[in-house]
Amino acid sequence: MALTGIQIFKLLPGTNCKKCGSPTCLAFAMNLASGKAELDACSDVSPESREKLSAASAPPIRPVVVGYGDTAVKVGGETVQYRHEKTFFNPTGIAALIEDSRDDADIAATVKRFQKYQYLRVGLNLRPELVVVKGGPRLAAAAKAVVDNSDLSVILYSEDIAALKAAAEALAGKNPLIGPATAANYKDVAAVAVAAKVPVWLKAKDMDEVAVLTKGLNEAGVKDLVVDTGARTPKKAFEDSVAMRRAALVGQNRDYGYGTIAFPAEITKNLAMQVAVAANLIAKYAGIVVLSDFDGAVVFPLLLQRLNIFTDPQRPMTQTEGIYPINEPNDSSPVLVTTNFSLTYFIVSGEVEASRVPCWLLIKDSEGLSVLTAWAAGKFSGDDVGQFVLKRSGIVDKIKHKSVIIPGYAAAISGDMEEELPGWKVAIGPREAAHLTKFLKEFTVS
Amino acid sequence: MAFQINTVKYSGKINVTPVGAQKINLGGQTAFPFYDFEGTFPNKPKLAIQIWDMDPGEGFSVPLAKAFEGVLGDPGAWAKKAVEYGADIVCLTLKSSDPNDQNTGAAEAIAATQKVLDAVDVPVIVFGVDNKDKDVETLSAVCEKFAGKNLIVGPVTDKNYKQIGAQALAYGHAVIARSPIDVNLAKQLNILLMDLGTKPENILIDPNTGGLGYGMEYCYSVMERLQAAALLQADDKLQQPIINMLGEEIWKTKEANQPTAAVPTLGDQTCRGVLMEVTEAVSLMAAGTSLLVLSHPASLKLVREYIDLWTDGGPVKDDGLPEVPITPIN
Repeated sequence: MALTGIQIFKLLPGTNCKKCGSPTCLAFAMNLASGKAELDACSDVSPESREKLSAASAPPIRPVVVGYGDTAVKVGGETVQYRHEKTFFNPTGIAALIEDSRDDADIAATVKRFQKYQYLRVGLNLRPELVVVKGGPRLAAAAKAVVDNSDLSVILYSEDIAALKAAAEALAGKNPLIGPATAANYKDVAAVAVAAKVPVWLKAKDMDEVAVLTKGLNEAGVKDLVVDTGARTPKKAFEDSVAMRRAALVGQNRDYGYGTIAFPAEITKNLAMQVAVAANLIAKYAGIVVLSDFDGAVVFPLLLQRLNIFTDPQRPMTQTEGIYPINEPNDSSPVLVTTNFSLTYFIVSGEVEASRVPCWLLIKDSEGLSVLTAWAAGKFSGDDVGQFVLKRSGIVDKIKHKSVIIPGYAAAISGDMEEELPGWKVAIGPREAAHLTKFLKEFTVS
Repeated sequence: MAFQINTVKYSGKINVTPVGAQKINLGGQTAFPFYDFEGTFPNKPKLAIQIWDMDPGEGFSVPLAKAFEGVLGDPGAWAKKAVEYGADIVCLTLKSSDPNDQNTGAAEAIAATQKVLDAVDVPVIVFGVDNKDKDVETLSAVCEKFAGKNLIVGPVTDKNYKQIGAQALAYGHAVIARSPIDVNLAKQLNILLMDLGTKPENILIDPNTGGLGYGMEYCYSVMERLQAAALLQADDKLQQPIINMLGEEIWKTKEANQPTAAVPTLGDQTCRGVLMEVTEAVSLMAAGTSLLVLSHPASLKLVREYIDLWTDGGPVKDDGLPEVPITPIN
């Protein structure tokens, strides 16, 4: 149960010592309540108060790390139902399922293929991170084949406790997620997890059993849990996913305060339909989605969706400031300058590329604002943009002409720019990127 | 005690909006999208297919050209094909009227609309090119010529709502009110249209859909906020069903148009585009759409199947769904 600022204040020493950085204990309490401060900043809080406060300030959905290295995925840790309320923090992990009945060479070839599904976008590397290795006797060998031939992280899927134990040991240091813990075996799975220090996924038969299993596993010493509610139809999987999020955030029910794993692969054999199920569950709260296979046509759309849904709405995506050559420009190709809002970059670069006119596109840091907003906020002013073109960008070393095209919405800065750029011609481009092709085809540098 | 989902009480609902002469109902939901444990959903989201009033020519996406082979350049035949593929509604876009393209006028817009109306018996959207003056020219004429035919015309913006809105009102058509991904601007435009006399149930909200990976998230969150305003705050200026023109946003992206051989890591080109369209469609349904305008028939089939699974429940029937080939990578 989250405490209010006043409730927290009563547990603090009340010395107003300022060592935490807040002017008073009350101010510090308010910051704690709104998540803007950490309790550790207070050096004088009593051990009893500390215990009460840390229990109360534990996140409503426990964050759990699955996997290792570049492909580690954080599941849980979310604080809202709708991204516009704050943001979603931990992008859904995307997994493919591999049966251990396949031989090691086949598994090696498959994960080497999976390894290639990586796409650079807005300075981020978009990729699926996980493989679920499912089976029994060959679980350890198959899991080993995955980590030996790729950097993908592993989820183990077996009800054979000995196999699970052997595989968890074989993946020492790789932090696999192991399971399923069920009503029948959860104590044994917990013992394996405690020994190997790895997180556990549980599979319930319904929402009631989720609470039974999370409690049981907690008592058995496993706190890092990921929940499969057992739903195996699209409608039920969606409903359970919403129910889990609501129980944790609205109901503040700790028994449901865990991230989830969903299995589109077990909902339908058809990969296209699995994409629809996964898309639904990425939008609606799943921590991990498991598909039956990967292909670019399958993972790429889901990666784009995940990028969109998990982008922080309060912090616009930005493109790195710099020079972007499009269509192999040379020293007499036109130069365009625009803002670093990622959408602006995508749309402008897309249109320039489609025009087939070789161009230099300069992206100027405007704190992620679009052209009109950046101009209005003074982040795309004439002297600033002029300085950028002339000095910071380095474009003058690449061209032998002196002209630059600015966005139509920033037409007002052309005068100031010309002052900063003596001898240059500042041309005003179209307001809408859609009209760039026509503009560029008629434009000549001077 | 058995688990009970934490539910929300809503005070408003989305208007039931009958479109076309056929009176196909949009909207009517009383809870957040697909939350049928706490509300009712009398009408599943409807699916339209977008067609052009001219032959799209060279630059058209190859998978779309293939799906509509033989009918491109003939809006009547194209519309018929769209309905055969299962479209509930046909969206005729007046591409040729773009001043940057052929710059055709009212007469051509009327001729194309006539062909579509003659060919199909489903509601018809007549969509301009989002050029405030050109759209007034073409859509005003279309409204007048097809008086009483219950068309849906758009986009109507704060720059041209007076002209197009008045014509739609006078001749009995619904309008698509487009505002730039902003709740307040959407509301303002609806108020302007209602002040003009437009009935609330003759308005659809177009929040200006961004493509998957190209700004979808802005539209997604505006839609969630529109739904919250309509359902939780019962804001009757925002209780109109939402329409998303998503197909063309998908198929104009670079990624949807790269051939399989050029980027094998992106998989089969047709599958890729279709699944991008499906992924965005499912996302927008989760955010509260009532009408999706798609481009590819395979997307429509998958989305339709998914809507049924999502509303009616039950297991997936795998038969007849398109297979995804695994593209080899060297």
